[in-house]
Amino acid sequence: MHEMAIAQNLLDIVIQEGSAHGVSRVLSLSLKVGELSTVVPESLIFCFELLSKGTLAEGARLDIEKVPTICRCRECDHEFSVTDLLFSCPKCGSGKVELQSGRELTLESFEGE
Amino acid sequence: MAVKVPVVRNILEANEQLAQENSRLFRQAGLFVVNLMSGPGAGKTSLLEHTIETLKDEIRIGVVEGDIQSSYDAERISQRGVQVVQLNTGGACHLDSSMIKSALNALQLAELDLLVIENVGNLVCPAEFKVGEDVKVMLLSVPEGDDKPLKYPLMFQEASVLLINKIDLLPYVDCDVSKIRQRALQLNSSLEILEISCRTGEGLSGWYNWLRSQVSNRKTDATGAEI
Repeated sequence: MHEMAIAQNLLDIVIQEGSAHGVSRVLSLSLKVGELSTVVPESLIFCFELLSKGTLAEGARLDIEKVPTICRCRECDHEFSVTDLLFSCPKCGSGKVELQSGRELTLESFEGE
Repeated sequence: MAVKVPVVRNILEANEQLAQENSRLFRQAGLFVVNLMSGPGAGKTSLLEHTIETLKDEIRIGVVEGDIQSSYDAERISQRGVQVVQLNTGGACHLDSSMIKSALNALQLAELDLLVIENVGNLVCPAEFKVGEDVKVMLLSVPEGDDKPLKYPLMFQEASVLLINKIDLLPYVDCDVSKIRQRALQLNSSLEILEISCRTGEGLSGWYNWLRSQVSNRKTDATGAEI
């Protein structure tokens, strides 16, 4: 249940950025969560709801965009999306691949008033 | 009126910044740091006991024990005569860099060559949180089954070394080690895999030699950096 720790980190950032931008109430948050990260969106929403009570983010909606796992082959430069957790290049078969996306855990923006 | 504020910040940035600070302290002290991860009962503490027993005369070892509750593991380790700190997460399923930072006050880093951070037994959460380690080492025991790379991919991807433990039990359990190897390498082609048994000692010399060379490389780096 590491979503609690992640929700706390998220809330800290929202409070800091919200205050810096003169926002008194946060309405929604836009997040990117990579397919490979082990974050369960429902758990994150639940934890954020609990932790944000009494703060400027109380009641804020979490919009979570899942980011697909994309790799680039270091041997032949081919870019491919990973299916069935196969981290080798479908073109040349090399296992020397570099992750381009899929591990994201970012707050992209938020809406407030 | 509603305003949209662009941010683009890594949600775990606070943890990662602190991990970098920990890492700087470790490097200054010329210390090689292992983040040891596995499910509960895979044999992390037994591995540590054997490792300390074998290497303590040549490598100065310190241990951070992470558990949700109890100081049982730290007591086991302290009997081996090495520096040890117990961290109780009080419910959290992983160690993070602020917990490690707080543990550092209780350790004499300058008097250590190797620090092993025994993470909370859990195949999911510890893989998400950096603590300032040089490498993540993962332990998987054969009774857990050969399907674990398929079910917990992130841990296999984050690890540099995979130790497959309890191979003395292979005649009694349905586990195909070649499947573990193939599935783990599919996730992480540079993963180093060693088969071991803490009970019989089989394969452990490979692990000790790997640790010896990492610690010695770090010492050389540190000496080079000083000049």
